[in-house]
Amino acid sequence: MTNDSGFSVKVLVPCGSLGAGVREDEVEYGLSQGAQAIASDAGSTDSGAAYLATGKSKNSRGAVKRDLTILMRAHANAGIPVIIGTSGQAGGDLNVDWTRDILLEVVDELGLSPKIALLYSEQSCADIKTFNREGKIKPLPPLGPLDDETVDECDHIVALMGVEPYIAALEAGADVILGGRSTDPAVLASFPIWKGAGWGPSWHAGKIGECGAQCADKRDGAGVLLTVGHKGFEVEPLAQDNLCTPQSVGAHMLYENTNPYVLTEPGGQLDVTGATYEQVPGDRAVRVHGAQWVKRPYTMKLEGAGGGMYQTIMLVGIQDPDVLADVSGFHDRFLAALDARARESMPPEEHDHFNISVRMYGWNAVDGAAVPEGTPPPREIGALFVATARSQELANAIAHACNPYFFHYPAVMEKELPSYGFAFTPADVPRGQIYEFKLNHVVEVDDPLQLVRTGWINP
Amino acid sequence: MTKLRDVCEHIRSKQAGPFWVTMDIWFDSADSFERYKDSQALGPEAFRRLYGTDAALVKKIDVPEFHLIKISYPRATPQGGMVERDMHSGQQYVRLLDVDLD
Repeated sequence: MTNDSGFSVKVLVPCGSLGAGVREDEVEYGLSQGAQAIASDAGSTDSGAAYLATGKSKNSRGAVKRDLTILMRAHANAGIPVIIGTSGQAGGDLNVDWTRDILLEVVDELGLSPKIALLYSEQSCADIKTFNREGKIKPLPPLGPLDDETVDECDHIVALMGVEPYIAALEAGADVILGGRSTDPAVLASFPIWKGAGWGPSWHAGKIGECGAQCADKRDGAGVLLTVGHKGFEVEPLAQDNLCTPQSVGAHMLYENTNPYVLTEPGGQLDVTGATYEQVPGDRAVRVHGAQWVKRPYTMKLEGAGGGMYQTIMLVGIQDPDVLADVSGFHDRFLAALDARARESMPPEEHDHFNISVRMYGWNAVDGAAVPEGTPPPREIGALFVATARSQELANAIAHACNPYFFHYPAVMEKELPSYGFAFTPADVPRGQIYEFKLNHVVEVDDPLQLVRTGWINP
Repeated sequence: MTKLRDVCEHIRSKQAGPFWVTMDIWFDSADSFERYKDSQALGPEAFRRLYGTDAALVKKIDVPEFHLIKISYPRATPQGGMVERDMHSGQQYVRLLDVDLD
């Protein structure tokens, strides 16, 4: 299954994200096909800023340990490297170290002592401010120029690595690489590039394989096998009852991108405008040709996240026919009454710094937009109360002050007070800080390794 | 009156990084794609009105091989912020379904 002049590099991508559920039979199949490396990312920004801001993983420790155990067994049996990027969901230093500790437990249990490279790409606020003063940081829309205050609002800032730090670690003999924040395709592209495959096909294969079997036709299975050559690559799902089609593979370029033809990556752009996708005759694989890698001055994207205000929530279920007769009108009166009640209970200096919202689940909670005239009411509605304030104590205090109104606020003032359906006691749920991404900027660097620190275990 | 849902095979929305939302609109045929791909009802002004975004930043890319248009726009409120209702922007496409195309 080579795709040009007999040369190819095979990378087993066991899943879309470490901890999502690697399948042992799939890994066995990939090894039987001659996989020369295993590569997967372990997260992304998708699930929000909390994972970078707090350094915590979204996937559970047990799930990550389970997947790593399968991959380390494969590593031991086949003698091939395991490459993980964006460790611990967000790829900050804490996220990498969390994954490192799980890995060390796994290798200890398996009686292995692999040479482990740890790639850290977290940046200090001070360094980011210096780069900014030197004019090396440029905004990406919709954000504007960076200021020091924004940098200070970040709890953690990472720079997204390209292939070079991974290649350097492979060159130095790493058996396992745990990378911090990296672009998803870079993690998969690094090994084929190191082995001499084309940059265009390697990056394109990395993009197609980034979510594992998501580029396949059916939902079955977790991973894919990438076979990368000088001019093209092939991709097939590891699950035997699944297949890739030109449509399923081509369509993946659309996913979570604003531009499906050109991807800006560290040190260049992947241009797939001229790419072709064809079914390998009689096979479950798709052959892809024509991707170009266009070298550019080296830039790395920055992600910075920080905790902001605090929230407390309450939830009631409402079946009261008076409320359901005019949900939008009720919502507006309800919210106004809750807001006024909160205002009475808050110190004056907080009046400009809090927010209450009521989201009517079953009606318009997801978009908050006006509901078209004549929309029939549902049988019941969930009303979620969200108080946001500058401390958890204040958010809690707002919820406590609003609780009687949230419990009993009537749709018809003349009638006896209703009691809505609380699901919990205590009724209010402090949910901690809200987290936001603060940076959408790139930093120009002189060298791909300039912002990367590499640590070793068992060197 | 043709609504988008009448000439669409599939439509989805998803975040493209923390600051952008991207919509993939698959028309049900090459004919529908040609006829409606440049409809003003799917233009920047419509996105400003529906999503509160800056119309000047709305990006559109045609993908003729899938008779699909991809429209991306910056979020009006930050992901995970205090008024967040759709963290992954996965439900944002629904507002487009009933848009009148002609």
